[in-house]
Amino acid sequence: MLEIKNLHARIVDDGTEIIRGLNLTVKAGEVAAIMGPNGSGKSTLSYILAGREDYEVTEGDILYNGQSILEMDPAERATSGIFLAFQYPMEIPGVATMEFLKVAMNEQRKARGEEPLKIPEFLKRVKEAAASLSMDMAMLKRPLNVGFSGGEKKRAEILQMKLLEPKLCVLDETDSGLDIDALKIVSDGVNALRAPDRAFLVITHYQRLLEHIVPDSVHVLYKGQVIKSGDKSLALDLEANGYAGVIGEAA
Amino acid sequence: MPAVQDTIDRVRKIDVDQYKYGFQTEIAVDKAPKGLSEDIIRFISAKKDEPSWMLEWRLEAYRRWLTLEEPTWARVHYPKIDFQDIYYYAAPKSTPGPSSLSDVDPELLKVYEKLGIPLREQEILAGVQKTDASELEEPSDNVYKSGRVAVDAVFDSVSVVTTFKKELAQAGVIFCSISEAIREHPELVQKYLGSVVPTSDNFYATLNSAVFTDGSFVFVPKGVRCPMELSTYFRMNEKNTGQFERTLIIAEEGAYVSYLEGCTAPQRDENQLHAAVVELVALDDAEIKYSTVQNWYPGDAEGKGGIYNFVTKRGDCRGDRSKISWTQVETGSAITWKYPSCILRGDDSSGEFYSIAVSNGYQQVDSGTKMIHLGKNTSSRIISKGIAAGFSQNTYRGQVSAHRKATNARNFTNCDSLLIGDQCGAHTVPYMEAKNSTAQFEHEATTSKISEDQKFYVMQRGIPEEEAIALIVNGFVKDVIQQLPMEFAVEAQKLIGISLEGSVG
Ligand SMILES: Nc1ncnc2c1ncn2[C@@H]1O[C@H](COP(=O)(O)OP(=O)(O)O)[C@@H](O)[C@H]1O
Ligand SMILES: [Mg+2]
Repeated sequence: MLEIKNLHARIVDDGTEIIRGLNLTVKAGEVAAIMGPNGSGKSTLSYILAGREDYEVTEGDILYNGQSILEMDPAERATSGIFLAFQYPMEIPGVATMEFLKVAMNEQRKARGEEPLKIPEFLKRVKEAAASLSMDMAMLKRPLNVGFSGGEKKRAEILQMKLLEPKLCVLDETDSGLDIDALKIVSDGVNALRAPDRAFLVITHYQRLLEHIVPDSVHVLYKGQVIKSGDKSLALDLEANGYAGVIGEAA
Repeated sequence: MPAVQDTIDRVRKIDVDQYKYGFQTEIAVDKAPKGLSEDIIRFISAKKDEPSWMLEWRLEAYRRWLTLEEPTWARVHYPKIDFQDIYYYAAPKSTPGPSSLSDVDPELLKVYEKLGIPLREQEILAGVQKTDASELEEPSDNVYKSGRVAVDAVFDSVSVVTTFKKELAQAGVIFCSISEAIREHPELVQKYLGSVVPTSDNFYATLNSAVFTDGSFVFVPKGVRCPMELSTYFRMNEKNTGQFERTLIIAEEGAYVSYLEGCTAPQRDENQLHAAVVELVALDDAEIKYSTVQNWYPGDAEGKGGIYNFVTKRGDCRGDRSKISWTQVETGSAITWKYPSCILRGDDSSGEFYSIAVSNGYQQVDSGTKMIHLGKNTSSRIISKGIAAGFSQNTYRGQVSAHRKATNARNFTNCDSLLIGDQCGAHTVPYMEAKNSTAQFEHEATTSKISEDQKFYVMQRGIPEEEAIALIVNGFVKDVIQQLPMEFAVEAQKLIGISLEGSVG
């Protein structure tokens, strides 16, 4: 489903290369965990997948279902099924969460040539999804992410993911800022979405999340490259011994 | 290309030619000769069959105007206007004055239909009950079909028709063109005309007093709550012709009225002048809510053409506990010079000003309000949202003052500006003056740019760039949109989206 080939990318403003020859393949139905120390380029990778213009790909390619996505803008990538749950979701003052969900769902439907959702059907979907994430409907009347706690923001990201039904879900440190109960709810939400035609890229620092969302593969990102890949035992190993060993091996 | 740079580059390629109402209509007109003189004023007055006191009033204003200089303090720039190069009166030959729907030239009805105001259907549709209007349904996209809005249609210099007059008369409400009011209700007009904006007020108001052509008259008697929204739709059609709107709204003791004005004009290379005067009078416990959706032709991508909108709007809270609320959504005009104000004369009276001013292309907006606190315990509230894109300049100019006797005057002001791209400018010019030590004035102001982070986030959900910007901007102006009559809020939101089209690519 996703093939990243020898990807090199730099910051447009100052030319600093952040991604330096990254290779990664994720199959449909797979849950791939991306781990790595702070500053290794995990968020940058997620932004590049989503089409953020602050980064410029200088070499390599990103294939999604066999097609390069480098020429697509963020909205086009989103409607083609790529979803990014942000590490730091943005606040959108004055735009009620509910309104935002409606616009997003209907824009994606429009792009696929579908009719906008009827309001009762829309409400039904939102209510179900919110209930499954133990979110209060009253919260959805508030402007998106404005004054939400860290945990509420992360839940709102997963809510959007559920409603938009993407095919490639990139979760950037969704576990940070969540207490144990919230972590459980969010992980259950993600697990419920696991499907043979859907892939996940789960970016995290900690093994903790991976106890709830059990990955099929684990990849260590360091200085803009995947330096080691393995199965879920690799995450346990990193938890016990830290990154130093793996980094040393790769050097 | 970095995102910010990209946005800037796209803004350079700006195209404001998205104006949907730029068509012109070939219609036979009856015009005054070009230019301005006492004879022209006599011509206008005669065309309108006015009593002699009205003509005298106009002539006096004209003589005073000759002694005045055009003001230059606003942050707007334009070539000197040649006041002799303008036609001051143009009326469709077929319908030279207000008439009943069946007498209006079908060509004129077509114009309004094209503008989304099906005058003929209006009254018919009003009789048809909506069947399963669930509260979850989207509000109808055409409020003029809702049967809850009466319309006075002003075409160049004349009102061609006013709908729902009979229904309103049953409630005791007078809603007609000002020309008709001068003939039919002279005692009311004489009592109130010029009592809020004196003929000597300022250059444009004085000019308007001399040559005003048409506009609306509303009188809501004591204790009456006007049963429907009232609305005037101004259309400028004729080339080189100024439109001099004059509107007068009176709410007697305990009365309530909500009024909305809309306006559009054809797309032309020359600039055209719209110089209006609007006066509101609220007696004890009365409330007037006045909303504007200003969508005059803004000029083209190079800044050519467009309307000069030089307007004096003022409300007098003459009675105790009276309330006047101005809400404006300003998206059109090449130049806007407009400060809807409140004189808080009655004790415990209150004034509000809610404004959204969107400028794009080469538009120049200098707008704001004045809140003059004269009575005791008066309060005012100002919420202004300016959005500048393209090469436009957007200035908020506000004045809040408390008179010596205005104990416990209170004001809250909040002005926020949002910039799209970096070729445009936003400016805030507040004046505050309290001659009474118990006055409490609060002022907040912010200026921000649409952040690329926000835009990226919204687009990541599948929302295309222009829709993403419109969504963020509509969030920014939400506090003001909420003040509009519900029926018009959706329209205003769409209009803001359209005005910003081309600001990003
Ligand atoms: N837009 C940017 N401007 C400047 N530095 C950046 C930018 N994006 C990423 N970086 C730098 O790139 C490196 C990788 O950052 P990031 O992808 O956030 O790492 P991680 O998510 O793995 O912690 C860091 O050193 C960070 O400071
Ligand atoms: Mg990160």
